[in-house]
Amino acid sequence: MSQTVNESMLRARGLRKEYGREASLVRAVDGVDLDVPAGETLAVMGPSGCGKSTLLHLLGGLDRPSAGEIWLAGQRIDQMSERGMAALRRDAVGFVFQAFHLMDELTAVENVELPALLAGRSPRAARQRATELLDQVGLADRARHLPSQLSGGQRQRVAVARALANAPLIVLADEPTGNLDSEATLDVLQLFESLHEAGQTLVIVTHDARIAATADRLISMRDGAFVDDTRLTGGTGNKLSALIGLDG
Amino acid sequence: MQQEVLLALLAKEPSHGYQLRARLRDALGPLGDAMNDGQVYVTLARLEKAGQVAVERTAGMPDRPDRKMYALTPAGQHRVSEWLAEVSWPKPDLAEFHLKLLAAAAAHLADPVAIVDAQRRDLLRRLRDAQRAAMGEPRESDAALLLEGIVLRLQADLRWLEACERTWTKRKANPRSEK
Repeated sequence: MSQTVNESMLRARGLRKEYGREASLVRAVDGVDLDVPAGETLAVMGPSGCGKSTLLHLLGGLDRPSAGEIWLAGQRIDQMSERGMAALRRDAVGFVFQAFHLMDELTAVENVELPALLAGRSPRAARQRATELLDQVGLADRARHLPSQLSGGQRQRVAVARALANAPLIVLADEPTGNLDSEATLDVLQLFESLHEAGQTLVIVTHDARIAATADRLISMRDGAFVDDTRLTGGTGNKLSALIGLDG
Repeated sequence: MQQEVLLALLAKEPSHGYQLRARLRDALGPLGDAMNDGQVYVTLARLEKAGQVAVERTAGMPDRPDRKMYALTPAGQHRVSEWLAEVSWPKPDLAEFHLKLLAAAAAHLADPVAIVDAQRRDLLRRLRDAQRAAMGEPRESDAALLLEGIVLRLQADLRWLEACERTWTKRKANPRSEK
């Protein structure tokens, strides 16, 4: 059934999302074509209101497009039933949000194991996976802490671990460092970098140049459309020392 | 190599040239990789000529062919004190880029928005390099602190480019608002 259309992990064609009608019509996403190869880290950058969050919601099956088509790993997802969409969000997509969205009354490890339990894993297997993931994000010693007992950066790392609970095909992050200070931002960037090295496909929407710059590729978005698509890998080719003006 | 930097490095204690180079490398981290060792010696020779550094030949050890020991003279000491008290800051030259955009638009030579886009891509690549270098350094090390400053500055430049892009995109859409 999941006939592979091409090698893209994520593919969109002619994607539109409109709100309102006639005079008050807003085209939040206005004709987007997108291909994200497996293993790529893509950043979508743009000012607030450019449609980048709406785009992410469409790509992750949190919302349905007004028009256009979306494939995840070769499978068409925009026409799925509600049930199918729910299963997709649970099993195939990992979400990371600016506001973390952790369950306040659950401990870190309980938050992380929840998606696996919802997917029908045994409590034992879910707990084991959650423990491994917390270790991977450097929070093994915080497993029994409530979110309120963790710093912002630690909460976001718990949220990333949770996003990975069901080994998703793709991780979608919406302003993941928006609420974090410089130090915690670096923690999250380092975590994304290790996911990238492990081959995880990642799409991050952000207005933070610092996080965008760590991606392989950067798309700039304005008024619902892509206006620039830049490959960042390879760096400047310049010597780093050129950045401080000490040479010469 | 800036003369004051080497003088200040000598303020703690008289040092061999290789010791100065090592201290610079620690302070700069990967940013110091491309540092030209020859520059350190050229600068030391100039400072010696100016009477701010005194050179003493020490009995060389077999494994250290470098036998010159450099020390501050009172004149050198004075210059270090002045340098530390001086309030100075490298100025970012944004005017040149700003004038480039104005000239490109006025003469219809190039699209200012395209110029901004190209510049942004370049800055993002630099930011990527600096960010990666920062992630590779131990937290709170000297090199990490310097790299953080570079990252923050590049972010500020990128924010200004966003403002440039907004304005020039508007002007393009509505040429009458051009002055």
